[in-house]
Amino acid sequence: MSQAAGGSDLVTDTLPPRTASRPGAPRPAVAIDRLGALIAALALIALLALPFVAFKPNRILSGKGVGFLEALPLAAALGGGLIIIAAAILALLRIRPWQRLGVASAALVALALLVGAVPVHLVPAGNALARVSPSSGFWLLLFAFAILFADATARLALGPLQRVAMLALALLVIGLILHSGLWDGLSVMREYAINADSFWQEGRSHLALAIGSLAAALVVGLPLGIACHRSATLQGILLPVLNIVQTIPSIAMYGLMMGPLALLVAALPVLSDFGIRGIGTAPAAIALFLYSLLPVVANTVVGLQSVPAQAVDAARGMGMTDKQRLFKVELPIALPVILTGVRIVLVQNIGLVTIAALIGGGGFGTYVFRGIGQAAIDFVLLGAAPTVALAFTAAILLDAAIDLLKGRRA
Amino acid sequence: MIEVDHISRYFGTVAAVDDVSLEVERGSITVLVGTSGSGKSTVLRMINRLIEPSSGAIRIDGRDTAGVPQEELRRGIGYAIQGHGLFPHWSVARNIATVPSLLGWEKARIARRVTELLELFELDPALYASKFPHQLSGGQQQRIGVARALAAEPAILLMDEPFGALDPIIRAKAQDDLLALQKRLGITIVLVTHDMEEALRLGDKIAVMDSGRLLQYASPQEILLRPAPGFVERLIGGPDRPLRLLSLGKVADLAEPGSAAGEPIAADASLRDALAILLWRRADSLSLAAADGQPPERVTLSAILQQAGRPA
Repeated sequence: MSQAAGGSDLVTDTLPPRTASRPGAPRPAVAIDRLGALIAALALIALLALPFVAFKPNRILSGKGVGFLEALPLAAALGGGLIIIAAAILALLRIRPWQRLGVASAALVALALLVGAVPVHLVPAGNALARVSPSSGFWLLLFAFAILFADATARLALGPLQRVAMLALALLVIGLILHSGLWDGLSVMREYAINADSFWQEGRSHLALAIGSLAAALVVGLPLGIACHRSATLQGILLPVLNIVQTIPSIAMYGLMMGPLALLVAALPVLSDFGIRGIGTAPAAIALFLYSLLPVVANTVVGLQSVPAQAVDAARGMGMTDKQRLFKVELPIALPVILTGVRIVLVQNIGLVTIAALIGGGGFGTYVFRGIGQAAIDFVLLGAAPTVALAFTAAILLDAAIDLLKGRRA
Repeated sequence: MIEVDHISRYFGTVAAVDDVSLEVERGSITVLVGTSGSGKSTVLRMINRLIEPSSGAIRIDGRDTAGVPQEELRRGIGYAIQGHGLFPHWSVARNIATVPSLLGWEKARIARRVTELLELFELDPALYASKFPHQLSGGQQQRIGVARALAAEPAILLMDEPFGALDPIIRAKAQDDLLALQKRLGITIVLVTHDMEEALRLGDKIAVMDSGRLLQYASPQEILLRPAPGFVERLIGGPDRPLRLLSLGKVADLAEPGSAAGEPIAADASLRDALAILLWRRADSLSLAAADGQPPERVTLSAILQQAGRPA
């Protein structure tokens, strides 16, 4: 990167070309970062014009918005406000990526601390019914600085291990905040406190469904992909079919699973002893499995096609058997592409499992749908937030694994 | 000895190889040369049964290869191809160890062999063993490809356009290295190329192929002096034929007693080089670098010119 330019960052084009001016365009005297300008504008609007939190007399009633200044004790409001404004201004300027990362982290931590301080300030002692939830102002601030954070990490072009370390650090900070009880006054955490047992239960079944259906798709999809690679006919039939499966909307797919399964169980009652029914985990797992097949099969085919023809010729010419060639040469070379398919499937499944709750499949979607049914938005959040965190973690870990594999052989 | 006995190979109704017979002597270099689609690679690939002949037989030291299990046959024959075909996910050492591992050699023996080969190809084992193919230059990749083909000490080495991906300067060096290597190891090499220059330079014998048929199978001198009419004649009938002919002869062949002025020339230099020096010096004789105590020898311009023309 262009860090060698020393201290002249503010006036010269030292940043990567993505934000640099178009070639030939005159350079501004003071360089303003375009994305930073958007972030700063969002942050200021969120801070000054939007409600920071919503205050509700109880969990069902709709709340009224409370601005940043009223939501916090004066000292916290002023101090916190200054930090956020300073961060917005720094985002505007062209500073180095590491500095940008620092600014974003500071703003995000400040935001986390501030929102935790609101319930103590707003809810009168002894009132167990009143609820405080983050509102549009908070979410927009979170969004703005999360974008700044993501932008800074992208510009740093971190290596895979660094990205995993960053993820671990972020999870650690969130874990510490949760453990400290700082957010316990927030409505979503009070929902958690009531549902703590079932929360981890649903979490386990969420992961089991997402990973289990992926594992099944790998067991079936890898051999299918290998067969498709060898037979153009099979590929011509199977891939279009899987493509069509992929286009079926998830809700329709879950619905489609219920009828045949119910009939099957009616015909073979012994199946119900294994927990197979028209609704519940079984149809959800089958639907997720079907969705997972296309990325696994297609990426296996593409990965095998990417193996250099000369490497295959050399492997045969040196006397490898078909099996040795497959396991020693073709599959290892195809592995990064296959893992890309696994990443797609895992992230997709973690999201899709949420909808499986509709047919009683369990998982965090249970809270989402119960929340929608009760118009209790905090309940939706209790299901959505961990789902997003899981998908995000899976994506970063698998991306890092893929990059590590690729890096060794460039 | 490899005996190719009336082999043909049909793809559908098209004959890629049409009734080809030739014998490759032990310890020699045979070059199959022809345009693309001439069937030269198909002949090569039938020797290690990457392609099965439609008819005919191939015998190695009298043994019909059709009776040897494919993998066993291939592990006993070195195989090097254009663009090296190295495995991108394996280190140089592991690439070289491919066939010894398949044969189940002990680890220590494999490691010794890898080191030995890297040294043979002038690549420092400490530096190169753990590198990956993409970290090497084209010439180094090609050398590793040949080292890998030689790893299990095969008696026969098959090479399909091994230098096709190299630039001209590196290619000339690679050709010299191959000649030196063959002399040192005494192995039998069958090499495929589309480059007649390369064939003349490397081959003890040259098989010229076109449209699946073997047009002429002879020594380079024979091909230059008495090309088969038609395709072969057109292939080598360019204006530089006398020079090609001279590059096949050695100075020592025409040495006669006597002395000459100027820097002497090595006895194993080609006549073409000797001619070039004579022309440049505007001289008509050139002394040979004489061994101690031997009478002085020289080579004359007229003797060289005599050698360059069409035979009477």
